[in-house]
Amino acid sequence: MTTSTTTAAQPGGAAPAGFENDRAEDSVAGVARSYLNKIKGGDLGALPAIFGIVALTLLFFALRPETFLKPINIANLLVQAAPITLLAMGLVFVLLLGDIDLSAGVVSGVCAAVMAQLLAEQGAPWYVAVLGAVVAGALIGLLTGLLVALIGIPSFVVTLALFLGFQGVTLWIIGQGGTVPVRDSTIRALTNDFMPVGLGWGLAVATIVVYAAIQLNRWRVQKARGLARSPLAVVVARIAVIAVVVLGVTAILSVDRALSAAIELKGIPYAVPLVIVLLLLLTFVLGRTSFGRHVYAVGGNAEAARRAGINVTKIRVLVFVISSSMAAVSGIVAAARLSSVTAASGGGNTLLYAVGAAVIGGTSLFGGRGRVRDAVLGGLVVAIIANGLGLLGVEAYLNFIITGGVLLLAASVDALARRRAAATGH
Amino acid sequence: MSVPQPEDGTPILELRGVDKSFGAIQVLHGVDLKVYPGKVTALVGDNGAGKSTLIKSIAGIHPIDGGQILFDGKPVDISGPRDSAALGIEVVYQDLALADNLDVVQNMFLGRERKRGILLDEASMEQAARDTLAKLSVRTLKSVRQLVSSLSGGQRQTVAIAKAVLWESKVVILDEPTAALGVAQTRQVLDLVRRLADTGHAVVFISHNMVDVFEVADRVAALYLGRIAADVPISTVDRPQVIELITAGRSGDLGIAPAVAEGVI
Repeated sequence: MTTSTTTAAQPGGAAPAGFENDRAEDSVAGVARSYLNKIKGGDLGALPAIFGIVALTLLFFALRPETFLKPINIANLLVQAAPITLLAMGLVFVLLLGDIDLSAGVVSGVCAAVMAQLLAEQGAPWYVAVLGAVVAGALIGLLTGLLVALIGIPSFVVTLALFLGFQGVTLWIIGQGGTVPVRDSTIRALTNDFMPVGLGWGLAVATIVVYAAIQLNRWRVQKARGLARSPLAVVVARIAVIAVVVLGVTAILSVDRALSAAIELKGIPYAVPLVIVLLLLLTFVLGRTSFGRHVYAVGGNAEAARRAGINVTKIRVLVFVISSSMAAVSGIVAAARLSSVTAASGGGNTLLYAVGAAVIGGTSLFGGRGRVRDAVLGGLVVAIIANGLGLLGVEAYLNFIITGGVLLLAASVDALARRRAAATGH
Repeated sequence: MSVPQPEDGTPILELRGVDKSFGAIQVLHGVDLKVYPGKVTALVGDNGAGKSTLIKSIAGIHPIDGGQILFDGKPVDISGPRDSAALGIEVVYQDLALADNLDVVQNMFLGRERKRGILLDEASMEQAARDTLAKLSVRTLKSVRQLVSSLSGGQRQTVAIAKAVLWESKVVILDEPTAALGVAQTRQVLDLVRRLADTGHAVVFISHNMVDVFEVADRVAALYLGRIAADVPISTVDRPQVIELITAGRSGDLGIAPAVAEGVI
């Protein structure tokens, strides 16, 4: 009786655990508590970016009250942020694996050059030129991915080599003269034309309605099937914040911002809906498909992913394809903004801005943590800095130093958050 | 006082004369092993005795060179991890193989996500994960939507084991599941191992800890220098005997012939 029953199972009194608490809806206080715990645990999420946007806006508004918050500058700023954000969106995928794509900036230049030459030399219609640029980006990403995943060269080295190499390719495509103008009206419309005000409002309202419908429907399904879920109040609050931001920006951009009374200048730049559509598409891919799930898994623990039967090589190749394809889109928008492609397109600090945007937004350089929306929030921060410093008229040397400093700061926050996460077991 | 237990039914997994060499070094010599459904078989042996090689052979990571593996009485050919998974053999490795940045549900379904069209079917996965954990009476997890990074060692081990159960596996092989755990967490995992067997799984439990082995196992198989020294019901041996089997390859009338045990062959 005393020794022979040591291997006996637990007495039958143990009722099966039903996770009753887990099935019930969390309280608002509970959500607030777990959010605080998450922050204490080092996962700051979007906080640094939102703090950055607010603080920098106040700073530049204080320094340049007569220009910074004018609708014309806000429209400018959004157009300025678009190519950075688009490049950063693709980089998020690569960063999620803990890899880096140093060539993304110059790849955007190569793809823009492909587009410009197709337009100028071949006389191709705009959609052929755009398709050509994106296909070029995808092929370059395939090459990068295969070198990294199949041959096993660290992504840092592969993309550093390609960073140098592709600058040469851009030069070669552009040829003598150094500049290819982009005169196609459709492409230039991306950044130089604006949606009719009515269409802008319609799109804004539609965005909010669709977002609310998706969120509320998911909540309804979770409730009906007894799944873990946020309280309705939190879901509604989230929808309200999105609605306020979307409607607010639409309102500002619907005001006539022309400097002279003779012309009318109002509406949302076409680049903004482009960014939003890609944001939704890529967020869907990362969050709701098995491919996205596998990207997170490979970034979190590549060995676990391999043992779970995930084709790690394929995932790694695909993230570089996505990164370079997004670089192509970014290059097209940048070319539209400047109405030309030069040998220097995509060089300089293009890449650093984009990496900075992703990291400031909350994507980790160590892999496994990040979202597509990080690129949008971080892209805004970077654009505000660039735009604000431009308005202040600071000298070029200061511009470099400040931007570099902000990037370092973001990387430090990321590294410290990671250390804190390790220390608190999060 | 030990009454020999009846060998109930056919073993779900049986190894007959399994050999395995890496180059010139033969690691497994004619290993015979029987694993029964509803029983915990403890696999014990000193470092380098061949425990890891043996389970990797069963898992298909190191296909065997000689001998036979029978599953449910029928000879099978396991030449890769997919073969063993298809049979219903799941291995929970020592270094866990969970992704920290994913939650419990996401980890349990990793690589085998349920989908509706191209969308992940989160609702059905969450329910299935919760049902599996409830079936195993896991009470230590607060929520199945917790990130694995926020779990303790014992909870992680629990998730890793539950993951194996989710796939209706018949044989679950646990590689030192209690190695890095404290007292209370070891308790949780041992309870879970027991429940695993009680729900009809054949469990192979690798451990260096004799207390754990005697607490949870129904049978014990001792490996000594790549040979099976004994594969017996645990009620027929006591702790000193098992330790002798591990360190010397024989104990009393159990074990390998002296000449073999001393490496004379």
